[in-house]
Amino acid sequence: MLLLLPVPVGADHRDVEVKMRRTGARRWTATAAATMGLALVLAACSGSGGTTPTTGGTAAGTGSAECADYAKYGDLTGKTITIYAGIVTPEDTPYIESFKPFEKCTGAKVDYQADKQFEQQILVRAQAGNPPDIAIVPQPGLLAQLVATGKVVKAPDAVGANVDKFWGASWKALGTVGGAFYAAPSGASVKSLVWYSPKTFADNGWKVPTTMAELTALTKTIASAGKMKPWCVGIASGEATGWPLTDWVEDFVLRTAGPDVYDQWVSHKIPFNDPKIAKALDAVGAIIKDPANVNGGFGDVSTIATTAFQDAGLPILDGTCAMHRQASFYAANFPSGTQIGPDGAVYAFYLPAESATDKPVLGAGEFVTAFADRPEVQALQEFWSTDTWANLKAKASSSITNGGWITANKGLDPANLVNPIDKLSATILLDPKSEFRFDGSDQMPAAVGSGAFWKGMTDWVLGASTSSTLDKIEAAWPTS
Amino acid sequence: MNVADKFLVMVAALLIFAAIIGLVLFVVALLEKRGARSVGWFFVGPTVLLLVVGLAYPAVRTVVRSLYNAAGSAFIGLSNYTTIFTSGDMLVVLRNTVLWVVITPFVATAVGLLYALVVDGARGEAAAKSLIFLPMAISFVGAGIIWKFVYEYKYFDPTLANNPRQIGLLNQVLVWLGMQPKQFLLNQPWNNLFLIVVMIWIQAGFAMTILSAAIKAIPLETTEAARLDGVNAVQLFRFITVPSIRPTLVVVLTTIAIGCLKVFDIVRTMTGGLYGTSVVANEFYTQSFTAGNQGLGAALAVLLFVLVIPIIVYNIRQLRRAEAR
Amino acid sequence: MTVIGQPLDISGVKPAPGAGGSGGSGGSPRREPVAAAARRRLSRPWATLTAIVLAALWTLPTFGLLVTSFRDSKAINTSGWWTALTGPFTLDNYRQVLDTSNTQSLAPFVVNSLVITVPSVVLPVFLATLAAYAFAWMRFPGRDMLFVAVFALQVVPIQVTLIPLLQLYVQMGVAGTFWAVWLSHTAFGLPLAVFLLHNFMREIPGDIIEAARVDGAGHVTIFFRLMLPMLKPALAAFGIYQFLWVWNDLLVALTFAGSSNSVAPMTVALYNMTGTRGSQWYLLSAGAFVSILVPMVVFLSLQKYFVRGLLAGSVKG
Repeated sequence: MLLLLPVPVGADHRDVEVKMRRTGARRWTATAAATMGLALVLAACSGSGGTTPTTGGTAAGTGSAECADYAKYGDLTGKTITIYAGIVTPEDTPYIESFKPFEKCTGAKVDYQADKQFEQQILVRAQAGNPPDIAIVPQPGLLAQLVATGKVVKAPDAVGANVDKFWGASWKALGTVGGAFYAAPSGASVKSLVWYSPKTFADNGWKVPTTMAELTALTKTIASAGKMKPWCVGIASGEATGWPLTDWVEDFVLRTAGPDVYDQWVSHKIPFNDPKIAKALDAVGAIIKDPANVNGGFGDVSTIATTAFQDAGLPILDGTCAMHRQASFYAANFPSGTQIGPDGAVYAFYLPAESATDKPVLGAGEFVTAFADRPEVQALQEFWSTDTWANLKAKASSSITNGGWITANKGLDPANLVNPIDKLSATILLDPKSEFRFDGSDQMPAAVGSGAFWKGMTDWVLGASTSSTLDKIEAAWPTS
Repeated sequence: MNVADKFLVMVAALLIFAAIIGLVLFVVALLEKRGARSVGWFFVGPTVLLLVVGLAYPAVRTVVRSLYNAAGSAFIGLSNYTTIFTSGDMLVVLRNTVLWVVITPFVATAVGLLYALVVDGARGEAAAKSLIFLPMAISFVGAGIIWKFVYEYKYFDPTLANNPRQIGLLNQVLVWLGMQPKQFLLNQPWNNLFLIVVMIWIQAGFAMTILSAAIKAIPLETTEAARLDGVNAVQLFRFITVPSIRPTLVVVLTTIAIGCLKVFDIVRTMTGGLYGTSVVANEFYTQSFTAGNQGLGAALAVLLFVLVIPIIVYNIRQLRRAEAR
Repeated sequence: MTVIGQPLDISGVKPAPGAGGSGGSGGSPRREPVAAAARRRLSRPWATLTAIVLAALWTLPTFGLLVTSFRDSKAINTSGWWTALTGPFTLDNYRQVLDTSNTQSLAPFVVNSLVITVPSVVLPVFLATLAAYAFAWMRFPGRDMLFVAVFALQVVPIQVTLIPLLQLYVQMGVAGTFWAVWLSHTAFGLPLAVFLLHNFMREIPGDIIEAARVDGAGHVTIFFRLMLPMLKPALAAFGIYQFLWVWNDLLVALTFAGSSNSVAPMTVALYNMTGTRGSQWYLLSAGAFVSILVPMVVFLSLQKYFVRGLLAGSVKG
C-alpha cells in the first residue's frame, strides 16, 4: 500500500511527505513574502505625502477671537461626525478644508468619505441601517427615496432659519419632502450654458446670441459657413447615457413653455407627453437632429449617442465645432492648462431665452441630509448652512482646485471666486431677475429620471419619433 | 488604524479560523475513534452554514421580495413577472442573455483548452500562460477601457482631406483595408457579439488555468502507453486527453455559463445596456439600484435563478454518469 | 501537437515532484522512446505557431492599453496607440496615480487590499477543500442534493445579498470592518470553490483512499496526509482565481467596509481617481497596470504548483 503513494522507489513515504510539505511550505512562504514585499514597496513608492487628516480629538480652541463665531456650537471635543458623498478627488479636498475651522474651534472631528458609487451605496446603507451621519445628496429625487427609508432626520430649526435667510422658498422646497424640511442646500451648478471659443467667434465675426432667435440664426450661419459644424453633442455615460439630452429638453421646456409649465411637468401635474413638452423636444430636435448642425468633430447624428459626454465639447478647442451646451462643471474636462475665460481658448455664454429679458436658469445642487440628530451632527449642519461656511468653501476651492464650485447662498461673496466660469455662473444664479429651476430629471422618480428619460432620449436621438419617445417615458412613470 | 494594526487583525482572523477548524477536526477525529459513521456533516458544516446565511437566505428573501411592489409595501403577487414578460424590450434582453450563455463558454473553453495543451511542458510555460491569464487579472474596469481602444469609432469621409485618425484598433484595420469604419457597439444585433468577445477574452484565462491543472493530472502511463501504440497528436487528444479531463471540462463550461448569466459590468460600462445589448443581469441591476424598483429587480434575479436550472440539470446528469463509471 | 513535456524521472532518488518545476523544463534525464521523441519534434512547430498566434491576439489589446498609459490625455483622444509606439511618452499618468496627494496616497489602500485578500483566499480554499472532500469521498445522508444546492448557489447575484448581509453585520457590530468583508468574500467564493475542488478530488483514484481506510486511517488523517498534497495544482488553480476576484473586487468591499482609507481596497482608490465626473478616465489606464502587478506575481509564483505526475506510479499495486 505504501507503493501507492507517488514516491521514488526506495525512499520512505514519510520522508517524502515531510520534504514535500517543507519545500511546499518554504515555497509558499517565499511567495507570500515576495508578494507582500512587492506590495509594500509599491505602497512606499506611492508618495510620502498624504497622511490621513489626524486632526480632531483636540481640545476646542476656546477663547480666541476667531472662534467666537463657533462658541454657539458648544464644546464637541472627541466627537466625530461622518460624512459620505459622491464627490471624490480633487473636489473633496476643499470640503475637508472648509470644515477645519469648525473642527479647530469645537474640537470635533469630521470624517469625510466618498466614492463614485454613492448613489447606490447610500440607499443600500440607509436600508440596511448603516447610514453615515450626513450625506451630500445631489438629487431631490434621491432625497425622497432616502426619506422613504425612514432613516433621515428632519433638519434642526436653526438650519431652516438659515435657509429662509440665505436661499429662499424655492430652494427650501427642494429639501422638503412630504411637508417636512430635511436638507439644506450646499453647492450649486448652472446648466444653462453654452461653451464656445471666443477666438473662433471673433475671427469669424460671430456674436454671442441674446435671444433664441439669434441662436437659431447663428446656428444657420455657422452651418452654411462650412468651416465647422455649429454644435457638438455627446451623451454617452455608461449606464447614465442620455442624461445630457435631458438637460437640453429641460432648458427648452423652460424657454418655450415657461417655468410654470416646467413645474407642472416635473411634478407630473401634466403628463410627460403633453403637447407643450413635445413642442420643446421638437425644438431641440430642430437643432441636434439636423445633420447640418451636428456632430462637430465626431461624425453624423448617431455619434451623439456614442460620444462620451466628457469628450463632447473638446472639438471646440480644435476648431471643428462651434458650440457645446453643457453645465458649468464641464470646465474640468478641458485639458489642464487650457485658458478658460472671456479672452481664453474657451468660455461660455448664457443659453438665451425667447426674449433678452427672460432669464430662466436650469441648475442643480447638493443637499445636506442627516441621518442622526446628535448635537454635534446638528451643529455641523447649522455651520454648513451659514454664509461663513459658503465663503470658506469658495476660498478653499479657489486655492485648491482653481474654483469650480459655487453656491446659491446669497451670503456668498463673489470676490472669493477666481474662476471666470464660476463668476459667470454666480452672476447668473444670483441675478434677482433669474428664474431658477432645479434639474427636472433629478426631481422625478428614479424610474423616470434615472431610467426611462435617459433611455428615451438616447433612442430619440438615434431616430425614434418625438411622440413615441414621450409616450414611452410617460408609461414608465410610477403609478403609486 | 495603522499598518501594523491592520496586519495584526488579519493574523488574528487567520488564527481564529485555524482554531475553529482545528476544533472541528479534533471533534471529528474523536468521533471516528468512537466509531461514528456520518462525520461528513462536520466537514461540510462550516461551508453550509456560511452559505445558508450568506447566499441561501438572501436568495429566499429575493424570491419573496419579487412578489411585492417597488417600495416593498404591498403584495402584488406575480405582477412583476407579468411586467417582465409583456415588455417588448424583454424579449431582446432574453435573446441576448441566451447568446451570452451559449457562445461564451464554448469558445472560451476551446481557446483555453487549446492553449493549455499547446504550452504544456514547453519552455517558458508559466510566462506563456500568464499572457492568456492577463485579461482576467486586469479586472472589468481595465477591460472596458482596453476594448474601448479596439472598438472606438471616428468618422471617415473619403471626400474630406482631413479625417480624424482612428483610435480604435479594429476600425483602423478596416480603414487600412479601404473600408468604412463602423460603430461596432451601436449596430444591432452584432453589437452583442462584440461585447461577447470581451467576455471570451477574459474567460479564456480561467478555462486555461483550470484545464491546465486537469491536464497535468492525466497519468503519464496512459499517455505514454498510447504514444507507444503509435497514436498521433489528434487521436491522443480525442481519445485520451478529452475523456480524461471531461469532468473538468463540464465544470469549466458550467462555471463560465453561470458567470455569463451574472455578469453585467461589461454591458453596463461599454454600452450602458442600450442599443439592444442589455442582458437580464443588467436589467436586474438597473431596476434594483438605479430605478429603485426592488420588486421588479428581485423578479429579474429570480429569472436568473430559473435560467440556471438547465445548466444544473446538465451537471447532475454528468455527475451521475461519472459516479456510475 | 504535443501534449506532454518531458516525463519526470521517478526511478531515481529524487525529491518530491514539486521540485520538478512547471512542466519539467529542468534538466531531468530523458528516457522517452526515440520514436515518441521524433514525433514530438515534428509536431512542435504547429504547437508553437498556435501558441504564438493565440498569445499575440490575446495580448494585443492589453498591450494597447500599456502604450496608452504612457501617453498624454490629449494624444490618447486624437491618435491610435499604434502610432505612438516609439513615443512621445510621459510618466504623468503614473505619477498622478502613484504620487497622488489629492486626498490620500495609495499606500493605505494597498495595505487594505492585501489585508482583505489573504484571509478571503485562505478561508474559502480551506473550507471548500474540506467540504469537497466530504462530498467526494464521504457518505452521509442528503449528500448529493446538498452538493447540487451548493454549486447552484453560484448563480445568486451578489447584489441581492448586500442589504440582508449588511443588516446582519450591523447587528453583529462588524459593519465597516474587515471582518464583514472576509466573511462575505468567503461565503461568495465557496460555491465555485466547492464545485471546482470536488471535481479534482474525484480524479484521485478511490483505491488509494480505500487502502488507507483499510489501514485504519481516519478521514482527518487521509485529508491532511493524502488529499492536500495531491491537490496542489487544483488548490493553486482555484487560489489564483479567488485571489484575483477578491483583489479586483470593488462592490463587496465598498458595501461592507466603506470607502475610508482605513478599510477600502485599492480598487476604490483607483476608481475614485477618475474624478467626480469621470473626466480623468485616462488615469484608469495607468491604474489598471499598477493594480495588476500583485496578481501577476501571485499567478507566476503559483505556477510552480502546476506540476504533473503527482499520480504517476500511483495506479500500480
